[in-house]
Amino acid sequence: MTAAGLREPPATKALLIAAAVLYVAVMLLLPLGAVLTEALRKGWQAWLAAVWQPDARASIRLTLIVAAISVPLNTVCGLAAAWAIAKFDFRGKTALIALIELPFSVSPVVSGLVFVLLFGAQGWFGPWLQAHDIHIIFALPGLVLATLFVTFPFVARQLIPLMTSQGRADEEAALTLGASGWQTFWRVTLPNIRFGLLYGVLLCNARAMGEFGAVSVVSGHIRGETNTMPLQVEALYNDYDFVAAFAVASLLTLLALVTLTLKSALEWKHRDQIAARH
Amino acid sequence: MSIKVEHVSKSFSAYPALGDVSLTIADGEFVALLGPSGSGKTTLLRILAGLEVPESGKVWFGKRDVTRDKPASRGIGFVFQHYALFGHMTVAQNIAFGLRVMKRSDRPSRQAIGERIDELLELVQLPGLGGRYPSQLSGGQRQRVALARALARNPRILLLDEPFGALDAKVRRELRDALRKIHDDLRLTSIFVTHDHEEAFTLADRVALLNHGRIEQFAQPAEILHQPASPFVSAFLE
Repeated sequence: MTAAGLREPPATKALLIAAAVLYVAVMLLLPLGAVLTEALRKGWQAWLAAVWQPDARASIRLTLIVAAISVPLNTVCGLAAAWAIAKFDFRGKTALIALIELPFSVSPVVSGLVFVLLFGAQGWFGPWLQAHDIHIIFALPGLVLATLFVTFPFVARQLIPLMTSQGRADEEAALTLGASGWQTFWRVTLPNIRFGLLYGVLLCNARAMGEFGAVSVVSGHIRGETNTMPLQVEALYNDYDFVAAFAVASLLTLLALVTLTLKSALEWKHRDQIAARH
Repeated sequence: MSIKVEHVSKSFSAYPALGDVSLTIADGEFVALLGPSGSGKTTLLRILAGLEVPESGKVWFGKRDVTRDKPASRGIGFVFQHYALFGHMTVAQNIAFGLRVMKRSDRPSRQAIGERIDELLELVQLPGLGGRYPSQLSGGQRQRVALARALARNPRILLLDEPFGALDAKVRRELRDALRKIHDDLRLTSIFVTHDHEEAFTLADRVALLNHGRIEQFAQPAEILHQPASPFVSAFLE
Protein backbone atom coordinates (compact mmCIF):
# COMPACT_ATOMS: atom_id res chain seq x y z
CA MET A 1 0.00 0.00 0.00
CA THR A 2 3.01 2.31 -0.06
CA ALA A 3 2.99 2.76 -3.81
CA ALA A 4 3.65 6.41 -4.66
CA GLY A 5 0.26 6.81 -6.34
CA LEU A 6 -1.55 5.73 -3.20
CA ARG A 7 0.22 8.20 -0.92
CA GLU A 8 -1.39 11.52 -0.07
CA PRO A 9 0.51 14.66 -1.07
CA PRO A 10 2.39 16.04 1.99
CA ALA A 11 0.23 19.17 2.12
CA THR A 12 -3.02 17.17 2.29
CA LYS A 13 -1.54 14.97 4.96
CA ALA A 14 -0.46 17.92 7.09
CA LEU A 15 -3.84 19.56 6.68
CA LEU A 16 -5.72 16.41 7.71
CA ILE A 17 -3.55 15.92 10.79
CA ALA A 18 -3.88 19.60 11.76
CA ALA A 19 -7.66 19.45 11.41
CA ALA A 20 -7.86 16.32 13.57
CA VAL A 21 -5.60 17.77 16.27
CA LEU A 22 -7.49 21.06 16.30
CA TYR A 23 -10.82 19.30 16.57
CA VAL A 24 -9.64 17.14 19.46
CA ALA A 25 -8.17 20.18 21.19
CA VAL A 26 -11.32 22.28 20.92
CA MET A 27 -13.86 19.54 21.56
CA LEU A 28 -12.03 17.46 24.18
CA LEU A 29 -8.96 19.09 25.69
CA LEU A 30 -10.40 22.58 26.14
CA PRO A 31 -13.44 21.45 28.19
CA LEU A 32 -11.24 19.11 30.19
CA GLY A 33 -8.83 21.93 30.96
CA ALA A 34 -11.72 24.26 31.81
CA VAL A 35 -13.15 21.83 34.36
CA LEU A 36 -9.81 21.43 36.13
CA THR A 37 -9.02 25.16 36.03
CA GLU A 38 -12.41 26.15 37.43
CA ALA A 39 -12.20 23.46 40.11
CA LEU A 40 -8.83 24.77 41.32
CA ARG A 41 -9.58 28.46 40.81
CA LYS A 42 -9.52 29.19 44.55
CA GLY A 43 -6.70 26.81 45.35
CA TRP A 44 -6.55 23.17 46.25
CA GLN A 45 -7.74 23.78 49.82
CA ALA A 46 -11.01 25.15 48.49
CA TRP A 47 -11.18 22.15 46.16
CA LEU A 48 -10.63 19.76 49.05
CA ALA A 49 -13.19 21.54 51.24
CA ALA A 50 -15.77 21.37 48.44
CA VAL A 51 -15.18 17.67 47.86
CA TRP A 52 -15.14 16.90 51.58
CA GLN A 53 -18.36 18.77 52.30
CA PRO A 54 -20.99 16.33 53.76
CA ASP A 55 -23.44 16.58 50.82
CA ALA A 56 -20.62 16.07 48.32
CA ARG A 57 -19.35 13.08 50.29
CA ALA A 58 -22.85 11.64 50.42
CA SER A 59 -23.17 12.04 46.66
CA ILE A 60 -19.82 10.28 46.12
CA ARG A 61 -20.87 7.44 48.39
CA LEU A 62 -24.25 7.13 46.64
CA THR A 63 -22.61 7.07 43.20
CA LEU A 64 -20.21 4.36 44.33
CA ILE A 65 -23.06 2.28 45.79
CA VAL A 66 -25.17 2.59 42.63
CA ALA A 67 -22.20 1.57 40.46
CA ALA A 68 -21.22 -1.25 42.82
CA ILE A 69 -24.69 -2.76 42.42
CA SER A 70 -25.45 -2.09 38.77
CA VAL A 71 -22.05 -2.85 37.18
CA PRO A 72 -21.72 -6.44 38.49
CA LEU A 73 -25.39 -7.14 37.68
CA ASN A 74 -25.04 -5.84 34.13
CA THR A 75 -21.75 -7.69 33.71
CA VAL A 76 -23.34 -11.02 34.58
CA CYS A 77 -26.52 -10.36 32.55
CA GLY A 78 -24.57 -8.94 29.60
CA LEU A 79 -22.29 -11.94 29.62
CA ALA A 80 -25.24 -14.33 29.73
CA ALA A 81 -27.00 -12.51 26.89
CA ALA A 82 -23.87 -12.41 24.73
CA TRP A 83 -23.21 -16.09 25.41
CA ALA A 84 -26.75 -17.05 24.41
CA ILE A 85 -26.66 -14.94 21.25
CA ALA A 86 -23.18 -15.92 20.11
CA LYS A 87 -23.16 -19.62 20.89
CA PHE A 88 -26.72 -20.77 20.27
CA ASP A 89 -29.27 -20.53 17.50
CA PHE A 90 -32.81 -19.81 18.57
CA ARG A 91 -35.96 -18.12 17.42
CA GLY A 92 -36.17 -14.40 18.13
CA LYS A 93 -32.40 -13.88 18.28
CA THR A 94 -32.54 -10.74 16.13
CA ALA A 95 -35.31 -9.35 18.31
CA LEU A 96 -33.22 -9.97 21.42
CA ILE A 97 -30.25 -8.13 19.92
CA ALA A 98 -32.49 -5.18 19.05
CA LEU A 99 -33.90 -5.17 22.59
CA ILE A 100 -30.42 -5.12 24.11
CA GLU A 101 -29.62 -2.02 22.08
CA LEU A 102 -32.88 -0.32 23.03
CA PRO A 103 -31.44 1.72 25.93
CA PHE A 104 -28.98 3.32 23.49
CA SER A 105 -31.74 4.65 21.27
CA VAL A 106 -34.13 5.74 24.03
CA SER A 107 -33.60 9.16 25.55
CA PRO A 108 -32.31 8.74 29.13
CA VAL A 109 -35.11 10.97 30.39
CA VAL A 110 -37.64 8.54 28.98
CA SER A 111 -35.74 5.66 30.57
CA GLY A 112 -36.17 7.37 33.93
CA LEU A 113 -39.80 8.29 33.32
CA VAL A 114 -40.66 4.66 32.58
CA PHE A 115 -39.73 3.74 36.13
CA VAL A 116 -41.69 6.66 37.58
CA LEU A 117 -44.66 5.45 35.56
CA LEU A 118 -44.24 1.94 36.95
CA PHE A 119 -43.23 2.55 40.56
CA GLY A 120 -44.08 6.21 41.27
CA ALA A 121 -46.86 7.23 43.64
CA GLN A 122 -49.28 7.55 40.70
CA GLY A 123 -47.70 4.63 38.82
CA TRP A 124 -48.98 1.13 38.11
CA PHE A 125 -47.48 -0.42 41.22
CA GLY A 126 -47.47 2.81 43.26
CA PRO A 127 -50.45 2.11 45.56
CA TRP A 128 -49.28 -1.44 46.30
CA LEU A 129 -45.75 -0.25 47.06
CA GLN A 130 -47.08 2.50 49.31
CA ALA A 131 -49.29 0.07 51.16
CA HIS A 132 -46.24 -2.10 51.87
CA ASP A 133 -44.00 0.89 52.68
CA ILE A 134 -41.52 0.11 49.89
CA HIS A 135 -39.68 3.09 48.41
CA ILE A 136 -38.34 2.79 44.88
CA ILE A 137 -38.72 6.17 43.26
CA PHE A 138 -36.83 8.99 45.01
CA ALA A 139 -34.72 6.30 46.71
CA LEU A 140 -31.75 4.02 46.06
CA PRO A 141 -33.70 1.23 44.28
CA GLY A 142 -34.99 3.71 41.68
CA LEU A 143 -31.48 5.07 41.07
CA VAL A 144 -30.15 1.54 40.63
CA LEU A 145 -33.01 0.54 38.30
CA ALA A 146 -32.54 3.58 36.08
CA THR A 147 -28.78 3.03 35.97
CA LEU A 148 -29.22 -0.67 35.19
CA PHE A 149 -31.51 0.17 32.30
CA VAL A 150 -29.24 2.79 30.79
CA THR A 151 -25.99 0.82 31.14
CA PHE A 152 -27.27 -2.63 30.16
CA PRO A 153 -25.98 -2.66 26.56
CA PHE A 154 -22.31 -1.89 27.31
CA VAL A 155 -21.06 -5.34 28.26
CA ALA A 156 -23.34 -7.28 25.92
CA ARG A 157 -22.58 -5.10 22.91
CA GLN A 158 -18.86 -5.41 23.51
CA LEU A 159 -19.04 -9.20 23.73
CA ILE A 160 -21.56 -10.24 21.07
CA PRO A 161 -19.37 -9.53 18.00
CA LEU A 162 -16.29 -10.88 19.78
CA MET A 163 -17.91 -14.14 20.84
CA THR A 164 -19.64 -14.58 17.49
CA SER A 165 -16.34 -14.22 15.63
CA GLN A 166 -14.65 -16.71 17.95
CA GLY A 167 -17.25 -19.36 17.20
CA ARG A 168 -17.82 -22.53 19.17
CA ALA A 169 -14.77 -24.62 18.30
CA ASP A 170 -12.81 -23.87 21.49
CA GLU A 171 -15.79 -24.74 23.67
CA GLU A 172 -16.45 -27.91 21.71
CA ALA A 173 -12.79 -28.88 22.04
CA ALA A 174 -13.02 -28.41 25.80
CA LEU A 175 -16.18 -30.53 25.97
CA THR A 176 -14.61 -33.39 23.97
CA LEU A 177 -11.62 -33.20 26.32
CA GLY A 178 -13.91 -33.95 29.23
CA ALA A 179 -14.53 -30.51 30.70
CA SER A 180 -17.88 -29.72 32.30
CA GLY A 181 -19.91 -26.68 31.28
CA TRP A 182 -18.53 -24.62 34.17
CA GLN A 183 -14.96 -25.69 33.55
CA THR A 184 -15.35 -24.77 29.89
CA PHE A 185 -16.69 -21.35 30.84
CA TRP A 186 -14.00 -20.52 33.40
CA ARG A 187 -11.01 -22.02 31.62
CA VAL A 188 -11.78 -21.41 27.96
CA THR A 189 -14.61 -18.95 27.30
CA LEU A 190 -13.73 -16.34 29.92
CA PRO A 191 -9.98 -16.16 29.09
CA ASN A 192 -10.89 -15.82 25.42
CA ILE A 193 -13.07 -12.77 26.04
CA ARG A 194 -11.35 -11.20 29.06
CA PHE A 195 -10.14 -8.02 27.33
CA GLY A 196 -13.46 -7.37 25.65
CA LEU A 197 -15.22 -8.05 28.92
CA LEU A 198 -12.94 -5.76 30.88
CA TYR A 199 -13.38 -3.00 28.35
CA GLY A 200 -17.16 -3.42 28.50
CA VAL A 201 -17.09 -3.29 32.30
CA LEU A 202 -14.97 -0.12 32.29
CA LEU A 203 -17.34 1.62 29.88
CA CYS A 204 -20.35 0.37 31.82
CA ASN A 205 -18.84 1.70 35.05
CA ALA A 206 -17.97 5.08 33.55
CA ARG A 207 -21.55 5.49 32.36
CA ALA A 208 -23.07 4.17 35.59
CA MET A 209 -21.18 6.81 37.56
CA GLY A 210 -21.72 9.57 35.04
CA GLU A 211 -25.37 9.03 34.08
CA PHE A 212 -27.47 12.15 34.53
CA GLY A 213 -30.78 12.08 32.62
CA ALA A 214 -32.43 8.87 33.74
CA VAL A 215 -31.15 9.19 37.29
CA SER A 216 -32.30 12.80 37.48
CA VAL A 217 -35.92 11.79 36.86
CA VAL A 218 -36.08 9.14 39.57
CA SER A 219 -33.84 10.80 42.15
CA GLY A 220 -35.98 13.55 43.66
CA HIS A 221 -32.80 15.62 44.17
CA ILE A 222 -32.63 15.36 47.94
CA ARG A 223 -29.17 16.65 48.86
CA GLY A 224 -27.13 14.31 50.99
CA GLU A 225 -29.64 11.54 50.31
CA THR A 226 -30.57 10.90 46.68
CA ASN A 227 -28.19 13.14 44.77
CA THR A 228 -25.53 11.24 42.88
CA MET A 229 -22.39 13.08 41.79
CA PRO A 230 -23.71 14.37 38.44
CA LEU A 231 -26.89 15.58 40.16
CA GLN A 232 -24.84 17.21 42.91
CA VAL A 233 -22.85 19.06 40.24
CA GLU A 234 -26.05 20.44 38.79
CA ALA A 235 -27.42 21.42 42.21
CA LEU A 236 -24.23 23.27 43.16
CA TYR A 237 -24.08 24.97 39.78
CA ASN A 238 -27.64 26.20 40.17
CA ASP A 239 -26.60 27.64 43.55
CA TYR A 240 -23.89 29.64 41.73
CA ASP A 241 -21.35 27.70 43.83
CA PHE A 242 -19.07 27.25 40.83
CA VAL A 243 -15.93 26.14 42.62
CA ALA A 244 -17.79 23.39 44.45
CA ALA A 245 -19.66 22.36 41.29
CA PHE A 246 -16.47 22.10 39.30
CA ALA A 247 -14.69 20.36 42.17
CA VAL A 248 -17.20 17.51 42.10
CA ALA A 249 -17.18 17.62 38.30
CA SER A 250 -13.40 17.30 38.36
CA LEU A 251 -13.77 14.04 40.27
CA LEU A 252 -16.02 12.70 37.50
CA THR A 253 -13.48 13.88 34.94
CA LEU A 254 -10.77 12.11 36.89
CA LEU A 255 -12.85 8.95 36.71
CA ALA A 256 -12.92 9.23 32.93
CA LEU A 257 -9.16 9.70 32.82
CA VAL A 258 -8.60 6.74 35.14
CA THR A 259 -10.87 4.60 32.95
CA LEU A 260 -8.93 5.60 29.87
CA THR A 261 -5.57 5.00 31.52
CA LEU A 262 -6.62 1.60 32.85
CA LYS A 263 -7.84 0.55 29.44
CA SER A 264 -4.65 1.69 27.71
CA ALA A 265 -2.47 0.09 30.38
CA LEU A 266 -4.33 -3.19 30.00
CA GLU A 267 -3.97 -3.13 26.26
CA TRP A 268 -0.28 -2.31 26.55
CA LYS A 269 0.43 -4.95 29.18
CA HIS A 270 -1.26 -7.69 27.20
CA ARG A 271 -0.31 -6.47 23.75
CA ASP A 272 1.50 -9.76 22.95
CA GLN A 273 -1.53 -11.85 23.76
CA ILE A 274 -3.86 -9.48 21.95
CA ALA A 275 -1.63 -9.64 18.88
CA ALA A 276 -1.30 -13.41 19.23
CA ARG A 277 -5.03 -13.87 18.92
CA HIS A 278 -5.12 -12.27 15.50
CA MET B 1 -13.26 -50.17 20.16
CA SER B 2 -15.85 -51.12 17.58
CA ILE B 3 -18.44 -48.57 16.48
CA LYS B 4 -21.93 -49.23 15.21
CA VAL B 5 -24.22 -46.60 13.72
CA GLU B 6 -27.84 -47.72 13.34
CA HIS B 7 -30.35 -45.85 11.18
CA VAL B 8 -29.16 -42.41 12.25
CA SER B 9 -31.02 -39.38 10.87
CA LYS B 10 -30.43 -35.70 11.51
CA SER B 11 -31.70 -32.53 9.90
CA PHE B 12 -30.85 -28.87 10.35
CA SER B 13 -33.82 -26.50 10.30
CA ALA B 14 -35.26 -27.64 6.98
CA TYR B 15 -32.79 -29.68 5.02
CA PRO B 16 -31.81 -33.23 6.00
CA ALA B 17 -28.12 -33.60 6.83
CA LEU B 18 -28.19 -37.35 7.39
CA GLY B 19 -30.90 -39.73 6.26
CA ASP B 20 -31.02 -43.21 7.80
CA VAL B 21 -27.29 -43.88 7.89
CA SER B 22 -25.97 -47.21 9.16
CA LEU B 23 -22.41 -48.49 9.31
CA THR B 24 -20.25 -50.79 11.40
CA ILE B 25 -16.57 -50.13 12.08
CA ALA B 26 -14.36 -52.85 13.51
CA ASP B 27 -12.01 -52.38 16.45
CA GLY B 28 -8.70 -50.96 15.25
CA GLU B 29 -9.96 -49.84 11.85
CA PHE B 30 -8.92 -46.59 10.18
CA VAL B 31 -11.94 -45.24 8.32
CA ALA B 32 -12.33 -42.21 6.09
CA LEU B 33 -15.65 -40.40 5.67
CA LEU B 34 -15.40 -39.02 2.15
CA GLY B 35 -17.78 -36.82 0.22
CA PRO B 36 -18.44 -33.40 -1.27
CA SER B 37 -19.31 -30.51 1.04
CA GLY B 38 -22.84 -30.77 2.38
CA SER B 39 -22.80 -34.57 2.10
CA GLY B 40 -23.22 -34.99 5.86
CA LYS B 41 -19.78 -36.42 6.63
CA THR B 42 -18.93 -33.85 9.28
CA THR B 43 -22.39 -34.19 10.81
CA LEU B 44 -21.86 -37.94 11.12
CA LEU B 45 -18.48 -37.39 12.79
CA ARG B 46 -19.98 -34.85 15.19
CA ILE B 47 -22.75 -37.29 16.08
CA LEU B 48 -20.09 -39.89 16.92
CA ALA B 49 -18.40 -37.29 19.13
CA GLY B 50 -21.64 -36.29 20.87
CA LEU B 51 -21.43 -32.71 19.60
CA GLU B 52 -24.71 -33.31 17.74
CA VAL B 53 -27.60 -35.53 18.82
CA PRO B 54 -29.36 -37.56 16.11
CA GLU B 55 -33.12 -37.23 15.76
CA SER B 56 -33.47 -40.98 15.40
CA GLY B 57 -31.24 -44.01 15.38
CA LYS B 58 -28.57 -45.25 17.74
CA VAL B 59 -24.79 -45.12 18.15
CA TRP B 60 -22.94 -47.97 19.86
CA PHE B 61 -19.34 -47.95 21.09
CA GLY B 62 -18.58 -51.64 21.69
CA LYS B 63 -21.57 -52.92 23.71
CA ARG B 64 -22.45 -49.46 25.09
CA ASP B 65 -25.28 -47.33 23.70
CA VAL B 66 -23.77 -43.84 23.66
CA THR B 67 -26.47 -42.08 21.62
CA ARG B 68 -27.40 -39.75 24.51
CA ASP B 69 -23.98 -39.60 26.19
CA LYS B 70 -22.17 -36.28 26.49
CA PRO B 71 -18.89 -35.83 24.57
CA ALA B 72 -17.00 -35.81 27.87
CA SER B 73 -18.02 -39.34 28.83
CA ARG B 74 -17.56 -41.05 25.47
CA GLY B 75 -13.85 -41.77 25.72
CA ILE B 76 -13.05 -40.13 22.42
CA GLY B 77 -10.39 -37.77 21.16
CA PHE B 78 -11.47 -35.11 18.66
CA VAL B 79 -9.24 -33.12 16.32
CA PHE B 80 -10.66 -30.00 14.69
CA GLN B 81 -9.88 -28.67 11.23
CA HIS B 82 -8.65 -25.34 12.56
CA TYR B 83 -7.00 -26.96 15.61
CA ALA B 84 -9.11 -25.11 18.21
CA LEU B 85 -6.08 -24.82 20.46
CA PHE B 86 -6.54 -22.60 23.50
CA GLY B 87 -4.61 -19.47 22.59
CA HIS B 88 -4.05 -18.30 26.17
CA MET B 89 -2.43 -21.58 27.21
CA THR B 90 1.01 -22.93 26.39
CA VAL B 91 1.40 -26.12 24.38
CA ALA B 92 1.95 -28.08 27.61
CA GLN B 93 -1.16 -26.53 29.21
CA ASN B 94 -3.18 -27.34 26.11
CA ILE B 95 -2.09 -30.97 26.20
CA ALA B 96 -2.70 -31.25 29.94
CA PHE B 97 -6.19 -29.69 29.72
CA GLY B 98 -8.04 -33.00 29.50
CA LEU B 99 -6.15 -34.32 32.54
CA ARG B 100 -6.51 -31.18 34.66
CA VAL B 101 -10.29 -31.02 34.30
CA MET B 102 -10.69 -34.55 35.68
CA LYS B 103 -12.33 -35.05 39.07
CA ARG B 104 -9.81 -34.73 41.86
CA SER B 105 -10.10 -38.41 42.70
CA ASP B 106 -9.26 -39.50 39.14
CA ARG B 107 -6.76 -36.78 38.32
CA PRO B 108 -3.13 -37.84 37.90
CA SER B 109 -0.55 -36.20 40.14
CA ARG B 110 1.24 -33.06 39.00
CA GLN B 111 4.33 -35.12 38.27
CA ALA B 112 2.40 -37.77 36.33
CA ILE B 113 0.80 -35.03 34.21
CA GLY B 114 4.24 -33.58 33.50
CA GLU B 115 5.53 -36.97 32.38
CA ARG B 116 2.46 -37.55 30.23
CA ILE B 117 3.00 -34.17 28.50
CA ASP B 118 6.60 -35.11 27.64
CA GLU B 119 5.49 -38.53 26.42
CA LEU B 120 2.84 -37.03 24.14
CA LEU B 121 5.18 -34.33 22.79
CA GLU B 122 7.60 -37.14 21.97
CA LEU B 123 4.80 -39.09 20.27
CA VAL B 124 3.87 -36.20 17.96
CA GLN B 125 7.55 -35.35 17.42
CA LEU B 126 7.55 -31.95 19.08
CA PRO B 127 9.83 -32.57 22.08
CA GLY B 128 10.81 -29.47 24.01
CA LEU B 129 8.07 -27.20 22.62
CA GLY B 130 5.85 -27.42 25.70
CA GLY B 131 6.56 -23.82 26.73
CA ARG B 132 5.52 -22.22 23.45
CA TYR B 133 2.17 -20.63 22.73
CA PRO B 134 0.09 -21.92 19.80
CA SER B 135 0.57 -18.61 17.96
CA GLN B 136 4.32 -19.31 17.89
CA LEU B 137 3.88 -22.59 15.99
CA SER B 138 3.40 -23.45 12.31
CA GLY B 139 0.13 -24.95 11.09
CA GLY B 140 1.54 -28.47 11.01
CA GLN B 141 2.95 -28.11 14.52
CA ARG B 142 -0.37 -26.80 15.80
CA GLN B 143 -2.21 -29.79 14.41
CA ARG B 144 0.33 -32.08 16.08
CA VAL B 145 -0.34 -30.34 19.39
CA ALA B 146 -4.08 -30.74 18.82
CA LEU B 147 -3.49 -34.44 18.20
CA ALA B 148 -1.41 -34.80 21.38
CA ARG B 149 -4.10 -32.97 23.34
CA ALA B 150 -6.81 -35.26 21.98
CA LEU B 151 -4.77 -38.34 22.98
CA ALA B 152 -3.96 -37.20 26.53
CA ARG B 153 -6.75 -39.16 28.21
CA ASN B 154 -6.01 -42.33 26.28
CA PRO B 155 -9.15 -42.40 24.16
CA ARG B 156 -9.93 -45.63 22.36
CA ILE B 157 -11.55 -43.77 19.49
CA LEU B 158 -9.97 -40.88 17.60
CA LEU B 159 -12.19 -38.61 15.49
CA LEU B 160 -10.65 -36.09 13.09
CA ASP B 161 -12.55 -33.40 11.16
CA GLU B 162 -10.60 -32.53 7.99
CA PRO B 163 -7.37 -32.70 10.01
CA PHE B 164 -5.13 -31.76 7.09
CA GLY B 165 -7.52 -29.33 5.44
CA ALA B 166 -5.66 -26.16 6.43
CA LEU B 167 -2.14 -27.43 5.66
CA ASP B 168 0.08 -27.37 2.57
CA ALA B 169 0.91 -30.52 0.60
CA LYS B 170 4.28 -31.38 2.11
CA VAL B 171 3.17 -30.92 5.72
CA ARG B 172 0.06 -32.89 4.87
CA ARG B 173 2.07 -35.94 3.78
CA GLU B 174 4.29 -35.82 6.87
CA LEU B 175 1.33 -35.53 9.16
CA ARG B 176 -0.57 -38.29 7.37
CA ASP B 177 2.32 -40.72 7.94
CA ALA B 178 2.65 -39.63 11.55
CA LEU B 179 -1.08 -40.12 12.12
CA ARG B 180 -1.10 -43.59 10.55
CA LYS B 181 1.82 -44.62 12.74
CA ILE B 182 0.20 -43.30 15.91
CA HIS B 183 -3.03 -45.05 15.01
CA ASP B 184 -1.19 -48.37 14.57
CA ASP B 185 1.05 -47.99 17.63
CA LEU B 186 -1.78 -47.07 20.00
CA ARG B 187 -4.24 -49.51 18.37
CA LEU B 188 -6.87 -46.83 18.08
CA THR B 189 -10.08 -46.92 16.12
CA SER B 190 -9.87 -43.78 14.00
CA ILE B 191 -12.34 -41.99 11.76
CA PHE B 192 -11.45 -38.93 9.77
CA VAL B 193 -13.43 -36.66 7.49
CA THR B 194 -12.04 -35.50 4.16
CA HIS B 195 -13.16 -34.28 0.77
CA ASP B 196 -9.90 -35.39 -0.86
CA HIS B 197 -10.27 -38.92 -2.25
CA GLU B 198 -6.55 -39.44 -2.69
CA GLU B 199 -6.04 -38.76 0.98
CA ALA B 200 -8.87 -41.10 1.92
CA PHE B 201 -7.55 -43.90 -0.27
CA THR B 202 -3.91 -43.68 0.81
CA LEU B 203 -4.60 -43.44 4.52
CA ALA B 204 -7.75 -45.42 5.35
CA ASP B 205 -8.45 -49.14 5.66
CA ARG B 206 -12.00 -48.54 4.49
CA VAL B 207 -13.71 -45.53 2.98
CA ALA B 208 -17.34 -44.49 3.44
CA LEU B 209 -18.48 -42.34 0.54
CA LEU B 210 -21.33 -40.01 1.43
CA ASN B 211 -23.65 -38.00 -0.76
CA HIS B 212 -26.75 -36.00 0.26
CA GLY B 213 -26.73 -37.49 3.75
CA ARG B 214 -26.55 -41.11 2.61
CA ILE B 215 -23.75 -43.63 2.32
CA GLU B 216 -23.22 -44.51 -1.35
CA GLN B 217 -20.55 -47.11 -0.70
CA PHE B 218 -18.54 -48.33 2.30
CA ALA B 219 -15.65 -50.56 1.29
CA GLN B 220 -11.90 -50.91 0.95
CA PRO B 221 -10.24 -48.43 -1.42
CA ALA B 222 -9.45 -51.08 -4.04
CA GLU B 223 -13.04 -52.28 -4.14
CA ILE B 224 -14.42 -48.75 -4.51
CA LEU B 225 -11.98 -48.07 -7.34
CA HIS B 226 -12.75 -51.28 -9.21
CA GLN B 227 -16.40 -51.74 -8.40
CA PRO B 228 -18.02 -48.35 -7.81
CA ALA B 229 -21.46 -48.95 -6.34
CA SER B 230 -23.22 -46.11 -8.14
CA PRO B 231 -22.76 -43.56 -10.93
CA PHE B 232 -22.14 -40.94 -8.22
CA VAL B 233 -19.16 -42.89 -6.89
CA SER B 234 -17.50 -43.21 -10.29
CA ALA B 235 -18.19 -39.55 -11.05
CA PHE B 236 -16.76 -38.42 -7.69
CA LEU B 237 -13.53 -40.37 -8.20
CA GLU B 238 -12.78 -38.85 -11.58
